[in-house]
Amino acid sequence: MAKREYSFYPGCSSQKGASSSNYLVSVQTMCEELDIKLNEIPDWNCCAASIGYGGGGVLPRLALSARNIALSEQHNAGQDIVATCAACWLATREAAERFHHDGALMAEASQALAEAGLKLNNATPIKHMAEVLVEDIGYAEIGSKVKKPLEGLKIAGYVGCQTNRPFGIAGESYENPLYLDRLVETLGAESIPTYEKKVQCCGGALAFSEPEKSQEMIKGIIEAAYDHGADMIVTPCPLCQANVEIYQDQINSTYGTKFKMPVVYYSSLMAVAFGRSAKDAALDGQVVSAKQLEEIAKK
Amino acid sequence: MSDLNQNMIEKYRNSFLKEVEANVEEGEWVKMCMQCGVCSGSCPLGKHWAHPPQEIFMMIRAGQREAVLSSDAMWMCTSCYNCIVRCPRELPITHIMHGLAHYARRLGLAPKGQPTMAFAQIFWDNMMKAGRVNELKLGLSLYYKDGFVQGIKNSLANMKLGQNMIKAKRMNAVEFFGGHGVKDVSGLQKMIRKAQELEDARIAKYGK
Repeated sequence: MAKREYSFYPGCSSQKGASSSNYLVSVQTMCEELDIKLNEIPDWNCCAASIGYGGGGVLPRLALSARNIALSEQHNAGQDIVATCAACWLATREAAERFHHDGALMAEASQALAEAGLKLNNATPIKHMAEVLVEDIGYAEIGSKVKKPLEGLKIAGYVGCQTNRPFGIAGESYENPLYLDRLVETLGAESIPTYEKKVQCCGGALAFSEPEKSQEMIKGIIEAAYDHGADMIVTPCPLCQANVEIYQDQINSTYGTKFKMPVVYYSSLMAVAFGRSAKDAALDGQVVSAKQLEEIAKK
Repeated sequence: MSDLNQNMIEKYRNSFLKEVEANVEEGEWVKMCMQCGVCSGSCPLGKHWAHPPQEIFMMIRAGQREAVLSSDAMWMCTSCYNCIVRCPRELPITHIMHGLAHYARRLGLAPKGQPTMAFAQIFWDNMMKAGRVNELKLGLSLYYKDGFVQGIKNSLANMKLGQNMIKAKRMNAVEFFGGHGVKDVSGLQKMIRKAQELEDARIAKYGK
C-alpha cells in the first residue's frame, strides 16, 4: 500500500491531448517516487475556471464544484481532495468555503445536486499539490529522494496568481512566497528568491481574449528571468506554464525580443532529480525544450 | 432580459447601491470601500480599466447605474486576486467585479462584442456540452467568433502555435470529433438547469 493516498482532481487541461497533459505525466512520475497514490475522482467535471463567471451565475458555477466534492466524498471517502491545477483548486476550495459560510447557498446547491442523484457533506479538505509537497511530505523527505541533483541550473520560481492568491500556501507571503525557491534548492539547483515577477499575472484566460494586453505582461515575466540569469522558469500552474511558454514566438515578433526560455513544471524538475527519464518527466511535452534537464536525465 | 432591467430600474429607482447589494455576487460589501485605491494600483491590467475598481465602487454609491453596467471595465479582470489580498478592508473585490460583469450581461447592458465577455460565454457553452472543456473547439470557436473570414485570418496567424502544440501532444485534432467528457452528462446538465432556475427565480423576485 502507498504511504499516502489522495482523491485526485486532475482537471480538463491535464487530459490526453490537452494543453497540460505533460503536467499530468510528470505528476504521476513524481508521485510514484514519493509513494503517493492518486485516486481519480470518478466522472469529475470542469470547475468553470476563472472565466466561468461570465456565462454562469454564482450557483451554477459553484454547483459544478459541489458535484466534484460530492463524487469524491461518495467514492473516495475520507481522502483529502488534491488538485494540480491552480484554477481547479481555487474553484473547489472557494465553493467549499462559501457553502460553509452560507447555509442558503448550500441548501440551493444541494437541491441542484439532487437532480444528479448526489449529496454533498462538504467535509473534505481541498489541497493543491504544492501543499501536499510542502506540508504533508516536506523538504527533507523530498530531498532524500534526489538521485541526480540539478547542479548548475539557475531556475526562476514563477508562482503566478491563483496558486498564491487568495488562499496560497500557509505561512507564505502573498508578495514574495518562497516555497518554490526552497523546492528548487532542495532539488540541487540555484533559486532566485528575488525574482520580482514571481507573482505577476500572466493574463490568465485573457491571454485568449486580449492577447496583446496579456503578452505585454508575459514579456515582463520572461525578461525578468533573463535579467537574473535564469536557465529556465518553473511554475506550479498549467495556465501560467502554457501562457509563458507557448507565445514566445509571437512576443518575439511583436517586440523584437529573442526569447527562448524553457518553462517547466515543478513535477518535471522533481522527476528528473529523482532519476527518472526525460519521457517520464514529460520533457517531450515542452514547446521550448528544456535541453539542460534532458541532459541531466540522460546522465 | 430588458424586462428584468426595467423591473430593476423601477424597484431600485433611488438606490443603485441597494440593487447591487441584493443582486450582485458579494455586492453587500460595496459600501465598505474606503476609497484608498490600493485595488486600482494593484491591478495588473489597471491601465486598461475605463473605471478601476475603486472608482466603480464610488460610482455605484453615486447611482451611476448605466455608466457602471455598460462599462467594459469589469471585463478587464484577469482573476489574479491581487486586489483581494491587498484590500485593507478585505473586500472580495475580484468576486464583486465578476458579479458586476455577470449582472450587466444578465440585464443585457454589457458592451456588445466585448472580447472577454464573448470568450466567457464560448467557454461556458463549450464546457456545458460534455461537462469538460474541449480545448480544440474552444480555440476554434474563439478564432471564428467574428465570422469565417476573420476566423481563417486568426487561424493562419496562430498556425505555428497550433503546430507546436500538436507536436508536443498538447493539442489533438481528434478532439474535434467528440473528445473528453463526463459519463453522466444528462445528470450534470439537469443539475445546472436546476441551479440556473433557482438563481433566476431569486433574482426575478428581487426585481419585482
